[in-house]
Amino acid sequence: MFIIKCPYCGEREQAEFTCGGEAHIIRPKNPPELTDDQWADYLFIRQNNKGLQLERWNHFFGCRQWFNVARNTATDEIIKIYNMGEKAPIVEIEEPTTPSGEPSIGSGNFSTSTNTAKNK
Amino acid sequence: MNSTRLTNNKNIDTNQKISFYFDGKNYFGYKGDTLASALLANKIHLVGRSFKYHRPRGFLSAGTEEPNGIVQLENDNVTEPNRRATEVLLYEGLRATSQNRWPNIKFDFGAINDFLSPFFPAGFYYKTFMWPPTFWKKYEFFIRHAAGLGKSPQTDDPHQYEHYHYHCDLLIVGSGISGLYAAEMIAEKDLKVLLVEQEDELGGSLLSDQNSEQKINDLSLLKWKDKILNNLKTKANIKIITSTTLFAYMHYNYLLAIQDMNPLDGLKKKNNIRQIIWKIRAKKVILATGSIERPITFDNNDRPGIMLANSASKFLNYYGVKLASELVVFTNNDSAYQTAIDFHKKGTNVKAVIDVRSYKESDIIKKTESLGIKIYYNYAVTNTSGRLKIKSVTINKIDDSVKKIIGPSLKIKCDFLCVSGGWTPTVHLFTQSRGKLIYRNHDGAFIPNQPFQDTVSIGSCNGTFHLNEILDETYIKIKEILISFNNNAQIDQKYKSKTNINNQHKHAWLIPSTKHFGKTKMFIDLQNDVTAKDIKVALREGFQSIEHVKRYTTTGMATDQGKTSNINALGIISDTTNRKIDDLGTTTFRLPYTPVTFGALAGRHIKEFFDVERKTPMHSWHIDNNALFEDVGQWKRAWYYPKADENMNNAVNREVKATRDSLGILDASTLGKIDIKGRDVGEFLNRIYTNAWLKLEIGKCRYGIMLGDDGMVMDDGVTTRIDENHYVMTTTTGNAASVMSKLEDWLQTEWPELQVYLTSITEQFGTISLNGPNARKVMEKISPSHDFSKENFPHMSFQNINIDNVSCRVMRISFTGELCYEINVPSSYANSFWKKCIKAGKEFNITPYGTEAMHVLRAEKGFIIVGQETDGSITPIDLDMNWIVSKKKYDFIGKRALYRSDTIKEDRKQLVGLLTKDSNEILEEGAQLVEKETTLPMAMVGHVTSSYYSPNLGRSFALALVKGGSNKKGFKLLAPMPNKTIEVEITSPVFIDPSNERLNT
Repeated sequence: MFIIKCPYCGEREQAEFTCGGEAHIIRPKNPPELTDDQWADYLFIRQNNKGLQLERWNHFFGCRQWFNVARNTATDEIIKIYNMGEKAPIVEIEEPTTPSGEPSIGSGNFSTSTNTAKNK
Repeated sequence: MNSTRLTNNKNIDTNQKISFYFDGKNYFGYKGDTLASALLANKIHLVGRSFKYHRPRGFLSAGTEEPNGIVQLENDNVTEPNRRATEVLLYEGLRATSQNRWPNIKFDFGAINDFLSPFFPAGFYYKTFMWPPTFWKKYEFFIRHAAGLGKSPQTDDPHQYEHYHYHCDLLIVGSGISGLYAAEMIAEKDLKVLLVEQEDELGGSLLSDQNSEQKINDLSLLKWKDKILNNLKTKANIKIITSTTLFAYMHYNYLLAIQDMNPLDGLKKKNNIRQIIWKIRAKKVILATGSIERPITFDNNDRPGIMLANSASKFLNYYGVKLASELVVFTNNDSAYQTAIDFHKKGTNVKAVIDVRSYKESDIIKKTESLGIKIYYNYAVTNTSGRLKIKSVTINKIDDSVKKIIGPSLKIKCDFLCVSGGWTPTVHLFTQSRGKLIYRNHDGAFIPNQPFQDTVSIGSCNGTFHLNEILDETYIKIKEILISFNNNAQIDQKYKSKTNINNQHKHAWLIPSTKHFGKTKMFIDLQNDVTAKDIKVALREGFQSIEHVKRYTTTGMATDQGKTSNINALGIISDTTNRKIDDLGTTTFRLPYTPVTFGALAGRHIKEFFDVERKTPMHSWHIDNNALFEDVGQWKRAWYYPKADENMNNAVNREVKATRDSLGILDASTLGKIDIKGRDVGEFLNRIYTNAWLKLEIGKCRYGIMLGDDGMVMDDGVTTRIDENHYVMTTTTGNAASVMSKLEDWLQTEWPELQVYLTSITEQFGTISLNGPNARKVMEKISPSHDFSKENFPHMSFQNINIDNVSCRVMRISFTGELCYEINVPSSYANSFWKKCIKAGKEFNITPYGTEAMHVLRAEKGFIIVGQETDGSITPIDLDMNWIVSKKKYDFIGKRALYRSDTIKEDRKQLVGLLTKDSNEILEEGAQLVEKETTLPMAMVGHVTSSYYSPNLGRSFALALVKGGSNKKGFKLLAPMPNKTIEVEITSPVFIDPSNERLNT
């Protein structure tokens, strides 16, 4: 369970928050002009990155305010917290490097031999 | 005092005798004993039967890693299975039963499996019980009967459990040498520290190694420990909890520990807090969790009387139990020599130390030789004898690789065998925290490499085994931590020890046997009865990944999670397949580290505290009037009010009829109520509802349907304009919270330009719904001065009425199709107003009705319930509610999705009414509908969503969703049921008052 720093209340346990999925999905201003596919993109298509994910969080059992979080889903490190309406921050993180897509550190089950990882 | 107990032991209080029962027989132990030490002192070595082959088993260890000595503790409602006897402190009257044997431990019928073992290879269950498939049910009965360890209690647990949150700067896990040294260094500084120890006494390995002649500075190990403990006692910033196992290490240094509150009272003490789960959040974590000794894999290595060397030392030194009179020690490293010395000093005849290594001088070997103990170099124990306890060992000379026997067998008589296959650092918590391990070949240990969280490992859990190195490492690493906390003051290394000359460990994963390998019984996982043979079979059958071998053979999958077996399995796989252990990797170390009781996990969140129960202000009246309750979300809603000898059907029919004929009263307080204020509320409502809202006048109510942006119905309800910039929205009972959240989401994230403020007022108002032709007369009675005429107060309008000096919000809205007034009064007045209405309505036979009658009444009128007629795949068009979907609005939530290719299809499921041919037949809700009966599978065209008997219609009726149903009025369908087929006809979903005359009176 991680700790999230609510921009309004400060550091709180994750249990107080709900995650609202990917951030920066803007509701189109002209729905009637969109094709079915375009509307489906807005409705259903979401990123599910291993690595950097920009997502919306709500301090549900607290101030009930929404805000954005830049999180590394491979490590659960919270890199940046920023307000709704703010532009997506430019964030650089260490991308997962092992051949299986596991993060370079922190997976549960792994080989400890560095050679194998390179050879595969 | 029995002969197996040594005198002069300060840990065991021989003045305090404790009586206990094992398998029904009475024994005695002393204060300070564990169940294991007390049993051993009573010469009970046979304590369990193995899982698969039911082989006799005794204690392998003295600690948390114990695979064999697991017992069922106590009985009845306080019984607890799978308790490691090595961890249970003895208390007066303790009752323990051995597990997994029938009829008794000395003669176990299941032991026949041992003779049948050639028929129980790895994957036996997968291979055997697969066919014929229809036989599975028969197999299952026997497998379930044979499977599992222990029995769970059948009645409520009388104990209480607690959860406790703790925040600290530093958490130290383990109180061995490194843990204590770290604690002392940190406690000097102004930091909040928590020290957690799983045993009831601090000291860790010091407790078993107390005979060692090693010294810290010039102090013996025990004196050093006492000095540190005395010092820690004076510090207020360190909290020490014993009998507490840290079992989970999660994100952001969040750790869970379980504390046994009354280890000395065991399960006997009731009605007090038995265990506490500590939820710890630490800035930094210091892991000093020690290491676990490994057994050695040789033929018949599982007999009672075969024990890990260091554990034997602990029983001898700490508990004063003289385990053996004739001892053999078998080792591949130096540490077990101390055990030989310990036993020799206490008068045991140490007959031999068998060492797989060649002779090479080291301090401890020199000492052992000087005591006259016989040492066999380049020898291995290749077999043992003794059915219920070991009687002898067979040893053979072996080659340098420990793979071949090169000399004749030699038999040594003994009554105890200590083994040591080296040491495995306890890295469970480190890997749970997602730290990465590295394999060290010279002693076959996985040690912490790169931590993932703010964690430091010190001592033998970090692969540091020698005293001088442990002290140096602890000093260096703790100093770094203190500096990171800005404690830059001079920190000196207080404790040092001299360097010893040690010999290296030598791999001996699998000891060769004189027998054919297929005939050997070399156990790797003692608790799950997995042998070396099983591992080889799995490899031969093509299982390559360690994770697959684990699952196929079940090695490491018992309640001990392979604490003593995993590394040996890896070694054998590595040897057999010629792959490096580094490449094999480890299986995942999952939490919990040791089993945790369900009671502790649940804590106080049981029974009425499991979830919030919400009650309306009129709840007490409902109880007084014999209501039965229905759970709607967290709410307790009155379901129906049976009279003396009424069943549910009679009661509901009476309530429904009375409401249509005269007057019914419903407690509608649970409906969600959201107070909406602000300049832009009209615009906001216009965006979230499908119909037009900009022109709603003050004092008017309007029904609205809310969609998701996928076009599917999310909620419905009536919203009232109370004032220029003030509205009140009602939502369904179950969706109140999610609607509120969704609206808040739109406002905050999509339309921040709108000035709209939402407040939940569900619990601030009680709602009384008066329904029926006589509703107006009651209103006129309770508020005689007000004009309730149709002209002044028409359907779908609102008025604020002062009744008895209480400001009431009265709406004329209806969920029954009858003349209806909904009175919203502040909650604290709601119960008295309810009673006022009941009193005023008496002359009109006012009838309280519950949710069941409410469902019938609304269905008669064709009103939907979101969640019953809809299931997240239904649009308002499907509900035949085109009238509520604005064609003029450019956009609203869900509009675009209403003309996707799928949502405009003509054969979507649409809402219809259904009448059965037999008017007494009530369809089952959820029943599938077909056009004609054919062979299976039949094409289903719809399903029943609501179905009731209507006393007003004098017959049954139903609502259903049917493909293309809007255009199929008059069509016949069939509802095939298990024992019959019911004929139905499609009708309009409105069965009563289609022209709304009753509604608009």
